[in-house]
Amino acid sequence: MSLALDKPRSPKRPAARRGNGELYSWLFMRLSGLLLVVLVLGHLFIMNILDGGVHKINFGFVAGRWASPFWQFWDLAMLWLAQIHGGNGVRTVINDYARKDSTRFWLKMLLYVSMVLIIALGTFVIFTFDPNISN
Amino acid sequence: MTATAETTAGSRGAQPPVPDGAVTVTVKIRRFNPEFDDEPRWDSFDIPALPSDRVLNLLHHIKWYVDGTLTFRRSCAHGICGSDAMRINGVNRLACKVLLKDLLQKGDKQTTITIEPIKGLPVHKDLLVDMEPFFEAFRAVKPYLVTYGNEPTRERIQSVADRERFDDTTKCILCACCTTSCPVYWTEGSYFGPAAIVNAHRFIFDSRDEGAEERLDILNDIDGVWRCRTTFNCTDACPRGIQVTKAIQEVKRALLFKRV
Repeated sequence: MSLALDKPRSPKRPAARRGNGELYSWLFMRLSGLLLVVLVLGHLFIMNILDGGVHKINFGFVAGRWASPFWQFWDLAMLWLAQIHGGNGVRTVINDYARKDSTRFWLKMLLYVSMVLIIALGTFVIFTFDPNISN
Repeated sequence: MTATAETTAGSRGAQPPVPDGAVTVTVKIRRFNPEFDDEPRWDSFDIPALPSDRVLNLLHHIKWYVDGTLTFRRSCAHGICGSDAMRINGVNRLACKVLLKDLLQKGDKQTTITIEPIKGLPVHKDLLVDMEPFFEAFRAVKPYLVTYGNEPTRERIQSVADRERFDDTTKCILCACCTTSCPVYWTEGSYFGPAAIVNAHRFIFDSRDEGAEERLDILNDIDGVWRCRTTFNCTDACPRGIQVTKAIQEVKRALLFKRV
């Protein structure tokens, strides 16, 4: 008779050893997607339909909007979420379709660099926008 | 018959008499002989068949009476063993479960049936593929009962409701129809594939099993369930009618909420 006592009190579910990166990126896609529906449709509605639509947009209109922290935050959230959501989507496309490891690496590097550049540039503009620049 | 350079006689000699009610169909097969071919090629055979025939019967007819070099797997020929998975008219099916009458063109139009090896696995010859990468992914998810502590002296009791939770995924016959229908599997060989996840699901949701966390951990990896794009190709391909995509989503949910 054998006594199976090698793991008598081992927890039924030991802690995960691997990272949860893919889980979080999957979850982020769902949550950011939901937020972006509100942010982007709201943005399109304000910019293209309300008050004469696209013809009202000029320097003054943008300056007026960004005088309010609410719209600053709205545009900032939209920029970050859209960049990371879209970037993550393109990352999975690259993972799926790149055949060589070197191709995959360089495409992803190109993607990450472009994401960082656009996020940095957009954030910089939103926070340092000077409405009196035309004077 | 379409004669090709290497066409040999069938393995069983002369063709049998054509039965009453037979129609002539064109069977177009993607072939590859590693001894002669650099690239896969297409071969067509015009053969007589009854509407009640299965696609496997057409392949048998070709191998037995027309070209004995045609290579494919089949074992039980009744949809149980899962040997004869192939791409028939662009979708993964078991050749022994597809009836010719469901593929016939309406009216007097000539019927052409296209048969290819399943995609994403290396082709050995004709319709015969190397299944090893598929079984490697299957073994990686520990498809066996995992328990700790003392073994019970009697059988491990399970309620009907607990058995019901993984009933669907016990039906898998490992034919690889689902895994080789998955676009993610075609382009990225390291994805575990639907079949491995189905077989992990069968044990993860088994109340008698204690290895759920180990398997979930394996499937949480970059090559695991998060690569699934829910294209439903797998569910459509499964000859056993397993709701494959649903099983994958249940594994995702178990990972997301840390609850089996």
